[in-house]
Amino acid sequence: MTSATDHAVDAPARVRAAPQASAGRELRLDLFRGLALWLIFVDHLPPNLFTWLTIRNYGFSDATEIFIFISGYTAAFVYGRALTERGFVVASARILKRVWQIYVAHVFLFTIFLAEISYVATRFENPLYTEEMGILDFLKQPDVTIVQALLLKFRPVNMDVLPLYIVLMLFLPLILWLMKRKPDLTLALSVVVYILTWEFGINLPAYPHGVWFFNPFAWQLLFVFGAWCALGGAKRMAPLLSSRITMALAIAYLAASFFVTLTWHLPQLGHFVPRFIESWMYPINKTDLDVLRFVHFLALAALTVYLLPADWPGLRSRWLKPAILCGQHSLEIFCIGVFLAFAGHFILAEVGAGPWIHFVISISGIVIMSAAAWLFSWYKRVAAKGGPDPKSIEARADLVGGGS
Amino acid sequence: MKALAGLTARAMPGAMFGAMLGAIVGMTAAPARAETSPPACTAPAYLLATEARLPKVAEAVRAGGKLDILVIGSRSATVVAAPDGTGFPARMEAALRELLPSVAVSMSMQLQIKKTAADVAANLGRLLEGASPTLVIWQTGTVDAIRSVDPDNFNAALDEGVSALKKTGADVVLVNLQYGPRMETMISTAPYLDVMRVVAQEHEIPLFDRFGIMHHWNDTGRFDLFSAAHGVEMAKRVHDCLGRALARFVIDAAEVKPPQPEPTTK
Repeated sequence: MTSATDHAVDAPARVRAAPQASAGRELRLDLFRGLALWLIFVDHLPPNLFTWLTIRNYGFSDATEIFIFISGYTAAFVYGRALTERGFVVASARILKRVWQIYVAHVFLFTIFLAEISYVATRFENPLYTEEMGILDFLKQPDVTIVQALLLKFRPVNMDVLPLYIVLMLFLPLILWLMKRKPDLTLALSVVVYILTWEFGINLPAYPHGVWFFNPFAWQLLFVFGAWCALGGAKRMAPLLSSRITMALAIAYLAASFFVTLTWHLPQLGHFVPRFIESWMYPINKTDLDVLRFVHFLALAALTVYLLPADWPGLRSRWLKPAILCGQHSLEIFCIGVFLAFAGHFILAEVGAGPWIHFVISISGIVIMSAAAWLFSWYKRVAAKGGPDPKSIEARADLVGGGS
Repeated sequence: MKALAGLTARAMPGAMFGAMLGAIVGMTAAPARAETSPPACTAPAYLLATEARLPKVAEAVRAGGKLDILVIGSRSATVVAAPDGTGFPARMEAALRELLPSVAVSMSMQLQIKKTAADVAANLGRLLEGASPTLVIWQTGTVDAIRSVDPDNFNAALDEGVSALKKTGADVVLVNLQYGPRMETMISTAPYLDVMRVVAQEHEIPLFDRFGIMHHWNDTGRFDLFSAAHGVEMAKRVHDCLGRALARFVIDAAEVKPPQPEPTTK
């Protein structure tokens, strides 16, 4: 992907885009991050009609790859500028402040999860599910579980992405520092770490069993690759990305991956996949970001960049605005999405899971996420121009112990 | 931080609203469903279709001899707080005897409570106890999902176990997890269901999609799996239906009889 600064954004467009973004904001990144957030929300609901629209049904990679790549890209873009303008210490402090915000968001989501699950556990006892209720055994020792959750080792269902993001952001000062000096070396080191991770099975331990679902040592590759693209890599790759051969390879790979995905849903087709390919290919490992998934993401990204230029007028259409707004407030919208997925599960379970209810929940979730994103943008805009000095509001908030 | 404070304010009324809504609808919806539930426990054909075959079972049945079945299962193969013989393995045995009157069907059960697939695979020698069953039905995945065992390790254990079972000369059928509308918030079932499908495909053995069938029953209102009110009685009926479906599934996969309507006892 090419960054906005590399592209000459035409003047009127810049004026129109100005309210919610600094000049030259790359709207494609916001758009796809917003879409990824929607897809993550839909994927976190039980499977339904909408699930069929999410990209994981059409190839190896899914919304998580998009989210992590764009997070790396934007983080490097924003904090890279801070690093150049304010120096390493200030930039690192800002990054650590962000890490703290993400951590607090994670703990907040955990609290909601705990509330929901405790409710379920005490209210219902269906003899059909005695075995499955064993999952609630952790409620019997909150002293251990809650501490493990605060240490990011105990992460219940759907709560794996933020811990990954926290670890990646913790390493961002180091990554940026090196990236500013030797971008290619940084990327090469990232590849080395990825290979070593696969070679020696490195991962972080989880509680009570196993390892992190998203292995940070493997997933850092996407994050660092995003950062590398943001800091000039994309510009250097431009000739490669516009080549027809690259496009042909990308399309061929996407098609092959689509076919393989199809065999998961229509086992009859499985006979067309040769045995040796099957045994070489499976399992496609999400925890360690399988190379097949990474390449699938690359192909998808290359095709997207090719088909969708940064100055595509559609990016300013009102139809894409909700997704773009969501992408611009990714942490908040991600948290709301996880919460809505909990709430959606809850309603589906309590009310009954007809396809219509499912449909309504999926749509309402996306509408709520978009409305919240709009509200955040509105507040940011008002806070920025309202009052004689926006900083003074923050200062006053500090006096009462609040602040941002 | 300000965004998060805003979120708290927004989120909590939502959760309470959900809880209230759930309570209200739960009270009104449950009796309505019970009235309309059809008596038969049919599972749609596509959920019982399998490409894989059971040659050993076919041979045993054609010879009109003995059909020895070993079921390796976890807690969800039984109905807790109900007498023995109400779990789906026992119901399957009963259904098979009905469907195959000329065959001596015998079923034995190895209950592996709180054991992962890896625990079971490592212990298969002892479980078989020198017996050589015609068919081994391995119900697994739940414990692994509860403990969020690495799906790769689950895959490896399942692979090892199925290979070992096939080596004893038995046909193997896998039975996957239960579906429970409340479970999806708490247990991530998808990776384990996927692994079981892949392993079954690789070994060309039938996979009995317990999850899909129970999901179907819940969606169509055949069973209100959400409710706690039905208690043990509903659990017994679910297991009875699962047992019948599994019996049909085994017979179809063995291709021993042309498909015929389900016997009407009940």
